[in-house]
Amino acid sequence: MTRRSQASVKRTAPAAGAAALLEQTWRDPPGLVGWLSAINHKSIGRRFIVSAFGFFVAGGLLAATMRLQLARPDNHLVGPDLYNQIFTLHGTTMMFLFAVPVMQAMAVYLVPLMIGARSTAFPRMTAYAFWMYLFGGLMIFAAFLLGMGPDAGWFSYVPLAGPDYGPGKRNDFWAQLITFTEVSGLLISIDIITTVLRLRAPGMTFARIPLFVWAMLVTAFMIIFAMPAVMLGSTMLIMDRLVSTHFFNYAEGGDVLLWQHLFWFFGHPEVYFIFIPGLGFMSAIIATFARRPVFGYPAMVMSIMATSFLAFGLWVHHMFATNVPELGKAFFTAMSMMIAVPTATQIFCWIATLATGRVNFRTPLLFVLGFFFILVIGGLTGLMLGSVPIDLQVHDTYFVVAHLHYVLIGGAVFPLFGAWYYWFPKITGRMMDERLGKWNFWLFFAGFNVAFYPMHHLGLAGMPRRVYTYPADMGWGPLNLLSTVGAVTIAVSVLLFIVNAVRSRRHGAIATDNPWGASSLEWAAASPPAAYNFLAPPVVGGREPLWEASKDVGAPTYVTGLALDVREALATTPLDARPDHRYIFPQPSIWPFVSAVATTIMFIASIFSPWAIVWGSLLVAVPVTAWFWPKRAETEKHLALEKRP
Amino acid sequence: MTTNKRLSSSPAGRIPGNVTPGGALDVSGLPSYAFGPRSLMWWGTLGVIAIEATVFAMMVATYFYLRSQAPGWPLGVQPPLLVWGTVNTLILLASVVPNHFTKHAAESHDLAGVRLGMCLCILFALAFLVVRIFEFRSLNVAWDANAYGSAVWTLLGLHTVHLVTDFADSLVLAVLMFTGPLEGRRFVDVAENAMYWDFVVFAWLPIYAVIYWAPRF
Amino acid sequence: MNAIQNALQSAGPQAAQIEQLWWLTLAVCAIAFVPTLGALLWSLWRAPRATEATPADTAIVSQPERRTRSVVVSAVVISGIGLAFLLLASVRTDHALAQLPLEDALNIQVTGHQWWWDIRYDDPDPSKIFSTANEIYIPVGRPVVITLLSDDVIHSLWVPNLHGKKDLIPGQTATMQIRADKAGTYRGQCAEFCGLQHAFMAFTVTALPAADFDAWRAAQLEPAAQPTDEKAKRGEQLFTSGSCMMCHAIQGTTANARMAPNLTHVASRRTLAAGTVANTPQNLAAWITDPQKIKPGVNMPAHHLPGGDLDALVTYLGTLK
Repeated sequence: MTRRSQASVKRTAPAAGAAALLEQTWRDPPGLVGWLSAINHKSIGRRFIVSAFGFFVAGGLLAATMRLQLARPDNHLVGPDLYNQIFTLHGTTMMFLFAVPVMQAMAVYLVPLMIGARSTAFPRMTAYAFWMYLFGGLMIFAAFLLGMGPDAGWFSYVPLAGPDYGPGKRNDFWAQLITFTEVSGLLISIDIITTVLRLRAPGMTFARIPLFVWAMLVTAFMIIFAMPAVMLGSTMLIMDRLVSTHFFNYAEGGDVLLWQHLFWFFGHPEVYFIFIPGLGFMSAIIATFARRPVFGYPAMVMSIMATSFLAFGLWVHHMFATNVPELGKAFFTAMSMMIAVPTATQIFCWIATLATGRVNFRTPLLFVLGFFFILVIGGLTGLMLGSVPIDLQVHDTYFVVAHLHYVLIGGAVFPLFGAWYYWFPKITGRMMDERLGKWNFWLFFAGFNVAFYPMHHLGLAGMPRRVYTYPADMGWGPLNLLSTVGAVTIAVSVLLFIVNAVRSRRHGAIATDNPWGASSLEWAAASPPAAYNFLAPPVVGGREPLWEASKDVGAPTYVTGLALDVREALATTPLDARPDHRYIFPQPSIWPFVSAVATTIMFIASIFSPWAIVWGSLLVAVPVTAWFWPKRAETEKHLALEKRP
Repeated sequence: MTTNKRLSSSPAGRIPGNVTPGGALDVSGLPSYAFGPRSLMWWGTLGVIAIEATVFAMMVATYFYLRSQAPGWPLGVQPPLLVWGTVNTLILLASVVPNHFTKHAAESHDLAGVRLGMCLCILFALAFLVVRIFEFRSLNVAWDANAYGSAVWTLLGLHTVHLVTDFADSLVLAVLMFTGPLEGRRFVDVAENAMYWDFVVFAWLPIYAVIYWAPRF
Repeated sequence: MNAIQNALQSAGPQAAQIEQLWWLTLAVCAIAFVPTLGALLWSLWRAPRATEATPADTAIVSQPERRTRSVVVSAVVISGIGLAFLLLASVRTDHALAQLPLEDALNIQVTGHQWWWDIRYDDPDPSKIFSTANEIYIPVGRPVVITLLSDDVIHSLWVPNLHGKKDLIPGQTATMQIRADKAGTYRGQCAEFCGLQHAFMAFTVTALPAADFDAWRAAQLEPAAQPTDEKAKRGEQLFTSGSCMMCHAIQGTTANARMAPNLTHVASRRTLAAGTVANTPQNLAAWITDPQKIKPGVNMPAHHLPGGDLDALVTYLGTLK
């Protein structure tokens, strides 16, 4: 009991002292080892976002190279071998190393702040997931630079990617990259689900969860049920290649289309778990810049959920040109059309929000408005692709290239850039430059349409995807040149973004805690937030906590009674967020990093010898055990706070 | 209207577990850990179980997809021998008893019971891992013989990976329960480990049916 | 001579059905796009301006916005009706595509290879079966059933002027039904990424009037012309004694391998290497000498023949009309 009273003394310390103590408790340790041991969700989130942006730029440079090669017919800037590696790595990078991870990275940074928490639920696992992602990405680019880049497309269809037609180690690196990114993505999903369900501020019932958090929660559930398919598929692929299994070898009872089913069972939902977080950004930004809550909150939440369910019923529409049964195709057409309804619902709700609000035209809103133009076109061409007969004509042509970029850039990248402008002041404490921001937007918007609109016509005019060049007499030259001009414009606009971010980080105007006058909880924290996020964790009394007074009459407004010298926070019940117990978070640790290094060694070595799985498991077991093993000093502190359930 | 201001303007009411209207929600009286769905680890474990169950389901789907494409099944080889798989099923099912004994001991903070239960569980784990070797030998097909062989080896292999990791988890946890340092939350870890054990056992039943009985029908 | 390759210039009933559906879908989509974007722009233009200091309007959270709700609900309902209409149109077209009358159909078997097309004209009478490569000829107005096979990886056969694409999948058999109603030459190319030279796996489909087609077929059924002059005879001897015959076939000679294009009537073809270069003696000589320079990665090895031998071989192949 003496221990307990010690803890109580610290709890009642004056606010100023409390802040310093909390900062000391929650901050990352100093030094290089400390940097590698960091587990604060904001540090990991920042590194995650910056890494994903790095891969976005790398993938963009690959795209620019392709555009230069295709700018004129019969061009010889890059040969077929390099071109095939480039387009494979471009797709792989953008899908596996940028689009999905960047959304999870944003969630790792923002979700705890938006729900009034001090950390993600499993911060060491978050750190491990980040390192796995980073090492996987570095591995595939190292392979590419060593001339061993994968060359069978981001979809790695067998038999082209299989043992007979994909010799060397190229596609093994691809299959292993999938393992890296899936491990990372799945762990982050568990982390986000538990964070959202258990760490919400008291009073933040299901009906009061911000729409962005809803989007990330639904996305995390989708990842859990979709990613295992490709993880299993890529494992079968690498086993076919390395230990002579026959999953995809039709001569020994295997099946070529099995790969496509497994890949697209993941691959189509993947589009939606890139797109749904984009919808979350849209809702957050539109509400703030229309100066009112988003119209139709229940409809918005239902739409996100409906989209996530329907997304699992679309995968065969990537396989209309194969031998799948006719009746099956009609079902998948119907599903492809139906999924437009929830998206349309959300678009109409946003337009209604803007129509009945008062509009503040700032850079984040511009990017969001870009979404409407681009995504609606992409959605409509998606309906065309959902129709079996039209798909048979435009499938695997530049029409699809146009469509998928309209959907992914319009539906995810434009909202993401808006989100970066929007949350930059929260993350760095400084505002980004508006003038550069507007240049960034208009160049991106114009460049995007110049680059991708002509591809619709090229596809209808018969230009297939994934060709490294084309004969002059096909007449595809002028539109391709135009498209390249657009691509260069996009590159310039992204460069402006980098300049803006780097300059604003040092010299931008100092941001207040809530520079946009927004409503959600992250804007109640300092800019940038303290290591502990909230000095006194908030209690929520409505859907718009910073805009309206608490609806729970007589309810408290903040949480007290948490330890200051131990990473302690409040766990609440999943549905109605009632206080449940005090949850003690782990301390920073080097072991997640070391475990990620060990896992990386195992994964890469297993490309060269299957036995690496055996000795590699032992190698991984050591740091993972050290990670789990409790420290005596920490246990002492916990015992001081312990109260049995 | 930041929370910072709120804290400085109203001093914290310190009635444990009580609420000061319009002011502070004092949570110092709440427990510092909880079992079952109240624990965060339970949700994390559930997430892992959801992922792995999906992997198993996908692998079973793959098995039947390949079967649906094949002219005959099991592609010209003998179905696996029943004996070792069935023996292992019984061992796995029997291990549920010490496992639940351990879980109840953990939930009632009975350290001696937990130590005993975990030791028993580890003995069971050793037993089913040894029998598993005989299972691989009774499959009657090699993984590189044909797609059927690849599918059953992968299915059995996936489950074996779970047995091995569950064995390793339990071993580390058992050692910790003897050496310490211990606090109440470690009993939650034991309870969640038991939940995962249940998953590994019950996930085996459909896999057993697919590997050993599906080729016979 | 430019063969066309365009999905919106249909030359047969299948492509025409799809083209119709395309224009219909485009119209419906345009009808959806214009008012949606219009509503957005109108809202933005009309809405009062604000700054971040403008107090947020939260009154609307507690009172229902009935008018807005009815507008949004109607918009969703209208979208649903539009989608149902598109679904019906799509299923109807799909059905129509499967209904092409197939009486008296010509049967062709196409096998995809990295990176060329093996084409076999089937016939109940075995003596009327023959093989060619990369150039398909069909009679105008008569249905054609193409059986699709692959020997290595997945390819996809696509002649946009005649029909949508269909994959050639190793281990599986698929079919495609087409009919050309207009004479002409239609270009197509592989539409499924198939490796290094996916870009140069083209072919043509030439629709000929029935009489011309019969004449063409009769010519194809003939074995290769016997060389008459000395140089061509030397060329034939080089072909059948050298490594050419390890992969290629020429009907009427001892060369009958099927690993590479059948060359029985190679001189009648427009292009070499599946649409990579025009079929001229110079290109043929360059191709034999160093195919990797023209089509890097192709399976054909280089043959550095002495000048006279190369000339003889090219001359011989040039006689195979």
